[in-house]
Amino acid sequence: MTAATQTRVLPVAEPRTKVPQSPAKRRDWLTALLFLAPFLVVYLVLLVYPLFLGIWISFRDWDLMGGDYGWIGTLNYQDLWSDPVFWRAAGNTLKFAAMTVPSMTLVALLLALAVQGPGRIRAVCRSIFFLSSVFSVTVVTLVWAMVLSPDRGLIAPVVQFFGGTPFNFLGSPTWAMPAIVVTTLWWGVGLPMALFLASLGSIPKELYEAAELDHASRWSVFWRITLPSIRHTVVLVVVLQIVAQLQIFGQPFLMTQGGPANSTRTLVQYIYETSFRDWLVGYGAAMAMVLFVLMMIFSMLQLWLGRQGDDQ
Amino acid sequence: MTAARTGWALWGDRLLLAITIIVAALWLLPVIWVVTMSLKPNAELMRSTWGFIPYPFTIENYTNLIQLATVPRWLVNSLIVAIGMTLLVLTVSSLAGYAFARLQFPFKRTIFALMIAGLMIPEQAVFLPLHQMFADWGIHNTHAALVMPRVAVPIGVFLMMQFFRAVPRELEEAAELDHASRFTIFFRIMLPLSVPALTTLGLFTFIHAWNDFLWPLVSATDADMYTVTVGLASIQGNFAMSEGLGSVMASAVFASLPIVLLFLIFQRFIVAGVAMSAGK
Repeated sequence: MTAATQTRVLPVAEPRTKVPQSPAKRRDWLTALLFLAPFLVVYLVLLVYPLFLGIWISFRDWDLMGGDYGWIGTLNYQDLWSDPVFWRAAGNTLKFAAMTVPSMTLVALLLALAVQGPGRIRAVCRSIFFLSSVFSVTVVTLVWAMVLSPDRGLIAPVVQFFGGTPFNFLGSPTWAMPAIVVTTLWWGVGLPMALFLASLGSIPKELYEAAELDHASRWSVFWRITLPSIRHTVVLVVVLQIVAQLQIFGQPFLMTQGGPANSTRTLVQYIYETSFRDWLVGYGAAMAMVLFVLMMIFSMLQLWLGRQGDDQ
Repeated sequence: MTAARTGWALWGDRLLLAITIIVAALWLLPVIWVVTMSLKPNAELMRSTWGFIPYPFTIENYTNLIQLATVPRWLVNSLIVAIGMTLLVLTVSSLAGYAFARLQFPFKRTIFALMIAGLMIPEQAVFLPLHQMFADWGIHNTHAALVMPRVAVPIGVFLMMQFFRAVPRELEEAAELDHASRFTIFFRIMLPLSVPALTTLGLFTFIHAWNDFLWPLVSATDADMYTVTVGLASIQGNFAMSEGLGSVMASAVFASLPIVLLFLIFQRFIVAGVAMSAGK
């Protein structure tokens, strides 16, 4: 093994005695290659290559049937710039994330605080709150489109009972998105809640015992002990949620088809429609790249925030 | 919160628990409602959808569903895709995870860094080019096409690597002294030890595969090749108009049964998985 490759060994690996290049060593490398090969092949062929192919396609006039009408430079990106539907979809996506991420984080934390601890009842509640996240998006949207339905839903009869008029949430440009946010909360709260539960469970018990001796109120225990102890998890949940919610597609696609009046059309839905309804794959690929960059920025933010946390 | 509470604090705890129970009940209500509707005659649902007790009761929606054969067919597709994807992800991830955790090879750090970078590539960045590639290869509308794009998951490799690193080295060193090959060590010692980690990764993969929507939507265009997730979407579009509300609800329940059962049986592995990915 040469000096150059020695330095490439992961820092966590234990220091090894330096063995000169030998047939045994070469056999070890071959073994490692055999272990790695299946992953490397699928990774390169099905993830890395498509990524670069996607970038390539985004600079070309390319249709759904693979028809390639040549290099058009940044024309797709320029078209995006002046496409009002794209801006609307991008705005909707950001708006959706801005509504979902804080509420999801808050609800997940509240539920985690409520169901943490011993006892059968809390365990059952934990399961119930997590259960809704194993359903597929089609089942979730089917359930919630029914719940919200103005004539056959679950909310309308309650509203009527109190003398109100049933309201078609999904048919209103103002209320369709909040309705989809609620649906998303119901669907997705399990995972962030479980992350908070894991984090809450690892807070040293001694901290709480000390607070109890000081007769600290519940409120001050939460602000002084609980929240500071789980701040890393809060950051993790927020960033994971941002990245996840920027990809929203199924809920508006199935519940409102992007309507009414484009008020819930998201980026992924517009990419899907541009490519598979209008056949403009090059244009869709350019949009996918914009989304990719957007998500990358937030992922970088996580790495950066994580490093900040470690310094403290 | 360990010491016994008294007075107001105790009542506060009880009140909190009561509120939690009410919220949990409301949380579950839509599910109960849908199951109820699936067990009512369609004619009754035309009159009213309200109520949480399936009376008048019928299992006709389910028997019709099975006779229709489309939904069972989608269920079989979903099972093939989810099981195939799970097995492949486990194989690929555990092999590569072991290599990163224990084996020495040139460019290890570079390859590792490239893999980690792959964590940031979202599905949306590659689904259009993948669609073009698979069209060129002529493999759309096959189970393989639904499985393949989801096998290259860096997160699986990463999780398995984390797990293998935590295994004490002594276990392997004993075998090394006996001149056991790497493959023997891997299959005889490491894999049996990693059953909990494999279960967790497998569960998440299975759930992910079962609920996958965007890729099957664009790849499986032939109704015979739909997964349940896409199939349900194709019949729910006009459910508001349809007279067969009970049937639609029955198909939703039917499609969710495998995944709900899996969740109820393996809950603790899912929780362990979340703790594992959070507590790095």
